[in-house]
Amino acid sequence: MSTPTWKNPIVQWVDHRLPIVTFLDHAIVKYPTPRNLNYWWNFGSLAGLILVIMIGTGIILAMSYTPHTSMAFDSVERIMRDVNYGWLIRYLHMNGGSMFFIAVYIHIFRGMYYGSYKEPRELLWIIGIFIFFAMMSTAFLGYVLPWGQMSFWGATVITNLFSIIPFFGESIVQWLWGGFSIDNPTLNKFYSLHYLMPFVIFALVFVHLWALHTHKSSNPLGIEVKGDEDEIPFHPYYTAKDAYGVGLFLIFFLGFTFFAPNFFGEPDNYIEANPLVTPTHIVPEWYFLPFYAILRAVPDNFVDVWGILPVIISAKAAGVIAMFASILLLLVLPWLDTSKVRSAKFRPTYFWLFWLFVIDTIILGFMGAKPAEGTFLLIGRLATAYYFLHLVIFIPLVGKFEKTKPLPESISAAVTAGGSDAKEGS
Amino acid sequence: MADTASTAEGTANGSSDDSHDDTKRDFLLYSTIAVGAAGTVMAAWPFIDIMNPSKDVLALASTELDISSVEEGQSITAIWRGKPIFVRRRTAKEIETAQATELKDLPDPEADKDRVKKSQWLVMIGVCTHLGCIPLGQKSGDTKGEFGGWFCPCHGSHYDTSGRIRKGPAPKNLPIPPYKFIDDTNILIG
Repeated sequence: MSTPTWKNPIVQWVDHRLPIVTFLDHAIVKYPTPRNLNYWWNFGSLAGLILVIMIGTGIILAMSYTPHTSMAFDSVERIMRDVNYGWLIRYLHMNGGSMFFIAVYIHIFRGMYYGSYKEPRELLWIIGIFIFFAMMSTAFLGYVLPWGQMSFWGATVITNLFSIIPFFGESIVQWLWGGFSIDNPTLNKFYSLHYLMPFVIFALVFVHLWALHTHKSSNPLGIEVKGDEDEIPFHPYYTAKDAYGVGLFLIFFLGFTFFAPNFFGEPDNYIEANPLVTPTHIVPEWYFLPFYAILRAVPDNFVDVWGILPVIISAKAAGVIAMFASILLLLVLPWLDTSKVRSAKFRPTYFWLFWLFVIDTIILGFMGAKPAEGTFLLIGRLATAYYFLHLVIFIPLVGKFEKTKPLPESISAAVTAGGSDAKEGS
Repeated sequence: MADTASTAEGTANGSSDDSHDDTKRDFLLYSTIAVGAAGTVMAAWPFIDIMNPSKDVLALASTELDISSVEEGQSITAIWRGKPIFVRRRTAKEIETAQATELKDLPDPEADKDRVKKSQWLVMIGVCTHLGCIPLGQKSGDTKGEFGGWFCPCHGSHYDTSGRIRKGPAPKNLPIPPYKFIDDTNILIG
């Protein structure tokens, strides 16, 4: 590509030495984008915005927070009561975490519905799952910092998951703790890592965007761009569309921040951590609930029933493995899905499977919040079974047997008046 | 390029042919890699070990406990290495139930006599072996589970009057810490 010349002499001087203006011009101004992206495509950039908000509010909170078991809880209360606008910054950070997961879950489900992960965007999807992983660990580490009861006991339950590792489990857990239980060394360590992780995410987002800009965005029709008539420059149409989405999102986000700031939180976390009293129900934050339900769904006698390496894998190990498998399986989704057609718009059977999967994960989420007994446990188990059935059995099979609808000739043919499939575009 | 250069050098020295030279270079290459890798691993160790329990944490490894005020049927909770220690002065009925339990009924078979030093005193680490919650059953009003011992509220593990797992996801009995009776009313844990 040739370096353009810029009218402004300062811009030209800089760009000649560091072509940053050219880079931005290619990436967010002239960047050719399918002309038919709908509002579900807003959530990627929205998640990026939330990442920036989280880093900004987090750095400010760190100025007033004390990572010591005897002072952490009080320092957070001081931020809430005495520090100027401390309540605002903390509530933004607290609710921002939930917003981040809402945006990313919608972003992931959008990828599933429209088959965005298919060739040649498999790696883009995989990097995305890595980002999701990194987000989950960041959220977990951050939740420990206020040193409330849920912080302490959530951390205890999650770090104990590592004790299932054969032979080294116990030493690994002690290494994570820096002691014999969750204590000051753990809090210090988690604070350090919580500060680190967002920058790891930032780097991963950069790689995610690099992969995205290599093959460009997919689109609701799931067909390749055939020529210039299928695309428009990113600016001003999509910058405006994204900005409008940001406006709506801020109403939603600030609505919670100002009017229901503790809606997503657990009241127990306003009780200071007490190593001698376990809360009656240990519940993770809402965004972990589906995975928590899977963790608890595996029956105690699972190992006896299946007879798999009973020495190494106990019942609790089976639950942990199921939980990690539920996320790791997403990494290979591009290969589990055998259909060549991307968008669910043209896949009548997959369309229903997709929505059943969404409902299934929501059911798992509700069961994760309930005590693991009786009907709740049964529903949790069925929903867990369906989760794996969907990914491992239904997705590969439906691609082989489904009769897909005919794909439109091109994006422009489908979305412009007089095109063969005018109604289908957004 | 490298090959040509080495050959030229070898010829200049008049000492070796190509294959001999290559073997020598391979040896140098692999031994350099091996030494470098070993060095990297050794250099990494301090960065890993710094996160292990430090000396001051290890130094707090034993606790002395006065149990003279505990009545029969009462329990007290002490702290050892940041974990709760359950000390229960068991009633005759509890001891009897614990001793009468058949080993085949236990997921983690262990006789009651192997879990106590004096049958009246049960000393255990009060951390559920499932995922580390503190079981209920220490206070008189607590729910004690289906086997009259302890009940973990997190994921529903039931322990009997000997602290042995009877029902629920926990795989093992509540562990017994290393302890000894200094005299009749004092124990040293750790």
